[in-house]
Amino acid sequence: MSTVKVPQQLVVLSVIGVVVLSVFFGMRTLFVPESFGRYGHYRADAVDAARALPIKFAGAKTCAECHDDVDKTKSQGFHRHVSCEVCHGPGAGHVEDPGTIKPTAPRERGLCPLCHNYSPSRPTGFPQIVTAQHSPGKPCMTCHKPHDPVPPSTPKECSACHRGIWSQKQVSRHASLECTTCHEVPKAHFTNPRGVAVGKPAANTFCEQCHSKAAAPKESTIPQVAAEHAGRYLCWDCHYPHFPEGKP
Amino acid sequence: MTLRDNEGAGTGPTAPAAPVANPGPEAPCMDRRQFIDLLKKAMPLGVTLLACGVPISDLVVKEEKPAKPEIPDSELPNYAMAVDIEKCIGCGRCAAACKAENKVIDSPHYVRTWVERYVIPKDGEAQVDSPNAGIDGFPDQPPVDILKTFFVPKLCNHCANPPCVQVCPVGATFQTRDGVVLVDDDYCVGCRYCIQACPYGARYLHPEKLVADKCTFCYHRITQGLLPACVEVCPTEARVFGDLKKQSSPIQRILRFNPIMTLKPELNTRPKVFYANADQEIT
Repeated sequence: MSTVKVPQQLVVLSVIGVVVLSVFFGMRTLFVPESFGRYGHYRADAVDAARALPIKFAGAKTCAECHDDVDKTKSQGFHRHVSCEVCHGPGAGHVEDPGTIKPTAPRERGLCPLCHNYSPSRPTGFPQIVTAQHSPGKPCMTCHKPHDPVPPSTPKECSACHRGIWSQKQVSRHASLECTTCHEVPKAHFTNPRGVAVGKPAANTFCEQCHSKAAAPKESTIPQVAAEHAGRYLCWDCHYPHFPEGKP
Repeated sequence: MTLRDNEGAGTGPTAPAAPVANPGPEAPCMDRRQFIDLLKKAMPLGVTLLACGVPISDLVVKEEKPAKPEIPDSELPNYAMAVDIEKCIGCGRCAAACKAENKVIDSPHYVRTWVERYVIPKDGEAQVDSPNAGIDGFPDQPPVDILKTFFVPKLCNHCANPPCVQVCPVGATFQTRDGVVLVDDDYCVGCRYCIQACPYGARYLHPEKLVADKCTFCYHRITQGLLPACVEVCPTEARVFGDLKKQSSPIQRILRFNPIMTLKPELNTRPKVFYANADQEIT
C-alpha cells in the first residue's frame, strides 16, 4: 500500500512559515500594548490617562458655592461673565484646602489694562482707557470695584452694552425697528441692568401685529404668514428676532 | 512508489551516512533529518492553530474584556468649539489659563492656544502678530492706515478628518470616540510628522518629553462636565464650547444665529473649531 508523501521542500517551507509566524505573533504579544485597537488604531488606555490629569481651574460655579455674597454682587454687574479665576488665578487647590492655599488677589495696576487698555483691534463699545493718561500711577481699585465695576456715566444707547445684538440687528431686515418697538425698557434698567430687566414679547400675537395677513397691507413687502403657520410653537423658537432672515 | 523513489533520490545527497531511524551511537545531538522529522510531527498542531484562526498571542496572554459596559458611539457627545471674533478683546487670558491648566512650558515658543492680531491696512497686505501668544498684551499698532483690525484666537481645530492622525506611523495620535484629537505621550516616538502635517500649526514638540503636544480641549475637564480652561476664563464669552449632538448646547445657538466659517475649508479637514463673524482674511 502506498501513502501519499508530502514533498520535502513543502515541508521545509511550512516549517519555516510556522516558525516565522510564531515569532511574529510572539513579538506582537510582547510589543503591542494590551488595549491597542479596542476602539481604533490607538491605545485605549491613553484616553483614560488623558482623563486622569489634574484639574487646576475649579470653575466659577464651584467658587459661588462658598463665596455666594461676591457671586451675587458680581452676577448683577458688568463683570458677570468674567469668571473668578480670570483675576484670582487657578483655584482648584484652594477648593481642596481653603485654609492654607489662598488664591491671589491682584491689586496692582497691571492686570486690568490687559482687557481695558485701548486698542483699535478691540470691538467698538468695549470699555477702554488709555492707561498712560487715565489716573496715572493709581491702582484701578482706588476708584473701581472689580466685582461691580460701574462706567463713569450711565449709558444712553442700548448698543453701549448690547453691541452684539445691536450690530446684528443693524444689518438685518429689522434694522429700522427701535429696541423699544419690542422691548419695554424701564429707566432703572440703565443704572441697574441685572436688577431691573427689560420687557420681552410673550406671545405670538405680538409678532402678528406686523406679520399676520390681516395686519399688513397687501402691497407691503413685510412677510405675511397665515395664523396656523406657528402651530404650537412661539415665533422666536424658529426665527431670531434680531436677525430674522437667519435660517430657521 | 514513484513518490517514494523521488523522496529517496531527493534525500540522497543531503542525508548523512547514518540511517534515518537509527542514528549512530557516535552522534550525540539530533541530526538535521531527525530535527526536520520532529518538526514534521509538530506541524499538525501549528497548522490546526492557524486554521482555527487562533493567534498564538491569545494562547500566551489571556485578554480580559473591559468590565464596565461600553457606551455606544451614538450616545457619546461630539465636542466642538466656536469663537466669536466680534467679542474677542485680545486679552490673552485664554492662552495664559491654558498654560496654567495644562502645564505648558512657559516660553513663547510652546503654546497650545494663542491669540493673533490681524491688522488689515487700506493698502497692502494684512499683518498678523502674536507676541508671546498674546498673554502679555499687544504692542502699539504699526502706524498704517487701518481698514479693519481684530483678534483671532487659535487652537487645535480637532478636525473630523485630521491629517495628523492619518500620518502618525505608530498610532500615537488619534481621535477619541467623542471627537477629540489626542496624543498618547507614552506611545509617541517624536518623529514630528504630525507637526508637519497639521495645516494650522497647532502642534509642537515638547522639549522635555520629546513627544508631540497640542490642545486636548482640556479632555480631563470636559469629561467631568467642566468647560475647557480657555472657555472658563474668557471674560467676554467669545469662546463657546459644547456638544454638537445636543440641540440645547450653547454651541448650537452660536452656529445657528451667526455667519460661520472654518479655517482652510478647502483642505477638507472638517475642523470642529468654528469662527463666527470672521473675516475671510483669516487663515
